[in-house]
Amino acid sequence: MQLTGAEIVIRCLQEEGVEYVFGYPGGAVLNIYDEFFKQDKVKHVLVRHEQGAVHAADGYSRSSMKTGVCLVTSGPGVTNAVTGIATAYMDSIPMVVLTGQVPTHAIGQDAFQECDTVGITRPCVKHNFLVKDVKDLAVTIKKAFYLASTGRPGPVLVDIPKDITQASTEFSYPKTVSLRSYNPVTKGHAGQIKKAVQLLLEAKRPMIYAGGGVILNNAAPQLTRLVRLVGCPCTTTLMGLGGFPATDPQFTGMPGMHGTYETNMAMQNCDVLIAVGARFDDRVIGNPQHFYRADRKIVHIDIDPSSISKRVKVDVPIVGYVADVLDEMLKLIESSPQRPDPAALKTWWAEITEWQRKDCLKYDTKSDLIKPQYVIQKLYEITSGDAFVTSDVGQHQMWAAQYYKFDEPRRWINSGGLGTMGFGLPAAMGVQMVNPGAPVACVTGEASIQMCIQELSTCKQYHLPIKIVNLNNRYLGMVRQWQEFFYGNRYAESYIDALPDFVKLAEAYGHVGMKIEKPGDVDGALREAFKLKDRLVFMDFITDQTENVFPMIPGGKGLTEMILAEEL
Amino acid sequence: MRHILSILVENEAGALSRISGLFSARGYNIESLTVAPTEDVTMSRMTIVTIGSDDVIEQITKQLNKLVDVVKVVDLTEGNHIERELMLVKVRAAGKDREEMKRLADVFRGRILDVTDKSYTIELTGTGSKLDAFLQAIEPGVILETVRTGASGIGRGERILRI
Repeated sequence: MQLTGAEIVIRCLQEEGVEYVFGYPGGAVLNIYDEFFKQDKVKHVLVRHEQGAVHAADGYSRSSMKTGVCLVTSGPGVTNAVTGIATAYMDSIPMVVLTGQVPTHAIGQDAFQECDTVGITRPCVKHNFLVKDVKDLAVTIKKAFYLASTGRPGPVLVDIPKDITQASTEFSYPKTVSLRSYNPVTKGHAGQIKKAVQLLLEAKRPMIYAGGGVILNNAAPQLTRLVRLVGCPCTTTLMGLGGFPATDPQFTGMPGMHGTYETNMAMQNCDVLIAVGARFDDRVIGNPQHFYRADRKIVHIDIDPSSISKRVKVDVPIVGYVADVLDEMLKLIESSPQRPDPAALKTWWAEITEWQRKDCLKYDTKSDLIKPQYVIQKLYEITSGDAFVTSDVGQHQMWAAQYYKFDEPRRWINSGGLGTMGFGLPAAMGVQMVNPGAPVACVTGEASIQMCIQELSTCKQYHLPIKIVNLNNRYLGMVRQWQEFFYGNRYAESYIDALPDFVKLAEAYGHVGMKIEKPGDVDGALREAFKLKDRLVFMDFITDQTENVFPMIPGGKGLTEMILAEEL
Repeated sequence: MRHILSILVENEAGALSRISGLFSARGYNIESLTVAPTEDVTMSRMTIVTIGSDDVIEQITKQLNKLVDVVKVVDLTEGNHIERELMLVKVRAAGKDREEMKRLADVFRGRILDVTDKSYTIELTGTGSKLDAFLQAIEPGVILETVRTGASGIGRGERILRI
């Protein structure tokens, strides 16, 4: 059957089982939009800015294990989308980005709304394609979905010139596709796995450090079993929260710059560290020279060979899907009578318990001002720890990560790698779309929320009852914190004067707004908001302006060089 | 250390910029880069000469392998290999220097491809250091123009890079 390129795009999306496409129309994609109009299998969600479309597709993917899809027009549509694409790339989110392009004959002529999409996005996609012949369109889209979701996932972009959407060809959607140059190693090396198990079982002070790879590869059940079987402490990074239950006594909290005292001490002092789908990021281990210890063995399991020995030399590298590797490790451990020496483990835990006594996350609970930590704790309580929580970037993000205890994977959705302010609200839209009826909270700040505030309008159009928890301290909080610590209290441009009245703003968009100024009102406001099941509620919490995130490792320092709240 | 990486890539538009972009984005050095199609027209062979510590070279190799267009990467310097570079150099050759220049070209097994009454255009093939040595052997003032291809390399003996 002869189909036009535009029809082919829609048919491919149908074949892939895509439910939602987040996008924004424009000249170069008009033919594709016309085909959207003629069918109702694939639903289109109209955002208010292309960045929002990509973040929404991203949130959709993170909370659902599916590949997110977005569609934007050429030129400014693409450049607006770049922040979202880079965000997804840094966090390895499977995504297919379809972009319109000027007609092939106009490419390179500085045509209206032309930009070098493939060139601009090249450094922030797993791969990208420019389709130059309608005959290649279907197979290219198939390749895009395949590349996005296999190996180390990531965004893949397909740039489609307008004339390609008009041209016709015979349509057949390939069932499978293979690329001779793309063969990720997915099965871990048996010998290496054996070595890793041996190290773990012989360890006196073992520790497991899991990252976003556990979430992406749906390996939380395997990780949980392994940690419980071995009896060692477990930490999950910002990207790995929920990969191991935060309420489990073996969970020691997040590591890194704003990680817990006990986790950072344990990471530094363990004798065997098993890194699972984590990448020894600078925000996690601080200075690699300081992190290095000759007497500590490191096992690193990752799907991406280039993540291994990139920042930290490891003793046992294992390349493969973390879920499969953990399965193999579990098999070996379960069939072996050997377990880590119980006496040594007991001493290790006693040491950790001593570190835990620092109670590094305590804060002033008697203040007359609303403490942001308290808001998060209340949010956790009122949602029974069962909400999807998205966040923006800054202090509120760290507090959400520290005080909301995620027991399940894919509940905590944040921009960890790129650190994109403006991510939270559009990501929450994607989350709510794929989890209708589930409680979705967007923890944000008065600065971040304004970076994609326009999406409040999209939320109204699609009846997305997101609960926005705005921790409003009238400062770019994290910037202010650094300025307080390292720049002699010179708060250069970190104070936001002339903030909008967020209650009125929410109401103007057709939502419910609340302003909460006293600690005593926090609980009631949150309860009321979550009772409004079909309304978006914007809760503007006026919080203590001077609150800081602790513990904190200053940039360039080592894991044990933490600043604790009590030390100030 | 200096390494010669041989890379088979899909002969697709943009493959070169993906690779050069990777080097610039991650701060790796490129000393030279050559690329041309192979006997299989769907594939190109690229030779990159780069300098870095073992850790850096390991990362470069891994990052190159990660690119979807890259079919295979081999570090030729890990084994016995042959390295050749072509240089065309135009030199001033007049008066009493003219004969001397011809002799020097002969010593380096160069060929004179073009002649005017004031200049020679010499073709030289060899390792990069041989070409450097030639340029050092002649007075800098007489060099009018040089153009070098950058190194190409191939493994010795049975060592073969193909899919």
